[in-house]
Amino acid sequence: MSLQFILTVTLNGLTLASLYFIVACGFSLIFGLMRTVNMAHGSLYMVGAYVGFAVYDPLYASSAWASQAWLIGVLAGIAAAALVGLIMQVAFLGWMQGQELRQALVTIGLSIIIADQLLATFGGNPFQFFAPDMLFGPVQVPGIGRYPVFRLFQVGLAIAVGVGLWLLLNKTKLGIVVRAGVDDRQMLAACGINVPLVAATVFALGAALAGLGGVIGATAQPMALGVDVRFLLMSLVVVIVGGMGSIGGTALGALLIGLAEQWGQVLFPTYSVILTFVIMASVLAVWPQGLLGRKPT
Amino acid sequence: MIIMSTRRWALTGIGLAILLSLPLFLPNFWLVNIFGRALVYGIVALSLTFLAHYGGFVSLAQTMIAGVAGYAVAMMAPNAIPLGDVTLPYALAIPLAVLAATVAGAVVGLIAVNTREIYLLMITLALAVGFSLFAQSNITWFNGYEGIRNVVGPEIFGRPFRTPMVFYYTALIVAALLYLLVLYVVRTPFGLVLQAIRDSNRRTAAIGFHVGLHRIAAFALAGFIAGWGGVLITFYNIGITPSSIGLWATVGVLIMAVIGGLGHPLGAFIGALIFALMDTFASSIIGHDRFNTLIGMVFLIIVLLSPDGVWGMGGRLAAALGRKDRNKITGSNTGSEQPR
Repeated sequence: MSLQFILTVTLNGLTLASLYFIVACGFSLIFGLMRTVNMAHGSLYMVGAYVGFAVYDPLYASSAWASQAWLIGVLAGIAAAALVGLIMQVAFLGWMQGQELRQALVTIGLSIIIADQLLATFGGNPFQFFAPDMLFGPVQVPGIGRYPVFRLFQVGLAIAVGVGLWLLLNKTKLGIVVRAGVDDRQMLAACGINVPLVAATVFALGAALAGLGGVIGATAQPMALGVDVRFLLMSLVVVIVGGMGSIGGTALGALLIGLAEQWGQVLFPTYSVILTFVIMASVLAVWPQGLLGRKPT
Repeated sequence: MIIMSTRRWALTGIGLAILLSLPLFLPNFWLVNIFGRALVYGIVALSLTFLAHYGGFVSLAQTMIAGVAGYAVAMMAPNAIPLGDVTLPYALAIPLAVLAATVAGAVVGLIAVNTREIYLLMITLALAVGFSLFAQSNITWFNGYEGIRNVVGPEIFGRPFRTPMVFYYTALIVAALLYLLVLYVVRTPFGLVLQAIRDSNRRTAAIGFHVGLHRIAAFALAGFIAGWGGVLITFYNIGITPSSIGLWATVGVLIMAVIGGLGHPLGAFIGALIFALMDTFASSIIGHDRFNTLIGMVFLIIVLLSPDGVWGMGGRLAAALGRKDRNKITGSNTGSEQPR
């Protein structure tokens, strides 16, 4: 096993972890504030990818817009996922706040319907976005050689999302409100904050991250039906391992799972899937709250 | 020990008599593919309802545990394709498979022993899908994607298991026994402690009960129940594949239990019957392609309108009509109580 090989596999794991981080961040954000386990998070990922592609495809075919097509597709995917998330929160989840299990069941029902309707509307053919010229093709990476530049962009984007979320939560008024809501919703409402509005905003933001992940994921590798399950699971595992509602924990969880998945495929290809779940079970056995999760008070 | 009031025994007897006489006037299709299927899947849903209502654990691992039993019996079954290394007669293979499911249930309980509610839901879901993916990628024992075929089941009184009557009556008897087992267990000291843990695990621990052990035992018992369901489902499908224990199957069992009502063990079978009816006849209503949208809608409507399912709806209806069951000894089978 050469050094170059080791570095390549590690970088592959890192880029996969970046995608997981972007998607799982949204999941963790929603759970952190509202204690809502959004079982439809994978469906929001798919909504982002499918709607984004529906907007992107005709633009890419036209000559005038081809260069901006990808960016517009990304924005459309984010907007569509955020809108669906907003509708979910306002129409279904908002008024059953506190009934966590019921909310989880509702989102399971919604995810079944969304997946089936996406299949009905867009068909089951796999598709893939072409990255814009700036992010297309290989680039020379020291120690590795040629590496797809889009994969590196993924890492940069994940860092930007992480830093952006950290700034949002720690340096803005909205962040103060959200963090206060995590600790004590009733008191927050008593202070005159419109909690349902904050909840809707956070839900839309979390859903938007899933949509962003959808377009990015469908650019990195072909998109097909069934990914909703995969990304819901990965979000679950990442936040369980990392700890709920903590950005650092989500990043750590995503890194562990992404690296484990890539290295697992190299070391024992047949059982690489299992490694993820072994990690989850062992983390839970020692740290029931996840690696960086807070103890429930 | 009183499992049910006299009136309930009478009702149960009548219900059982009706179910026993069904073969007299129903065609084989209904017997096997609607009622037989509802019974075998209802057993798995029953194990979920038992955990959810009396323990407060909504576990999504029950389908996986049924799958453990299903795969175990398929690996040991004579005539299976591919044939396992060790073949045993069904009389040995079935108890071993159920034992395997019981152990698997205890292991899931052990992994999830410190988690509750929503965390438990997530962890059991991840375990379930993990197991299905494992079965899909393992060729040596699980035969990968194709699974194990031609698991025909034992001959009973010289008749093959696939005979509609034999299948139906076996499923009915096993289901009825397990149903009574659940009603019995929740009246035992163990069952009462379990419900105390559901209501307040701290107080129960303070009295001196070992909360963790009770929880693991509850999961093991649920594994035992789901194991029987898994064995029968494998015979019903004449084999087992990874997709039959995958996420969709897991969610299917959850849908059955919730539609029927998590508030009472009978809800599991009601839900399984509704699911089987919809699965069979939805194609003539909206086309089979959109079955998922239909079942998703029904599930969503039930969760939104009546969180305790059809059973709870029936209970409220009966109460509204002024026929309140005064001998209600199961305590909380109606009303809007949420499983905790």
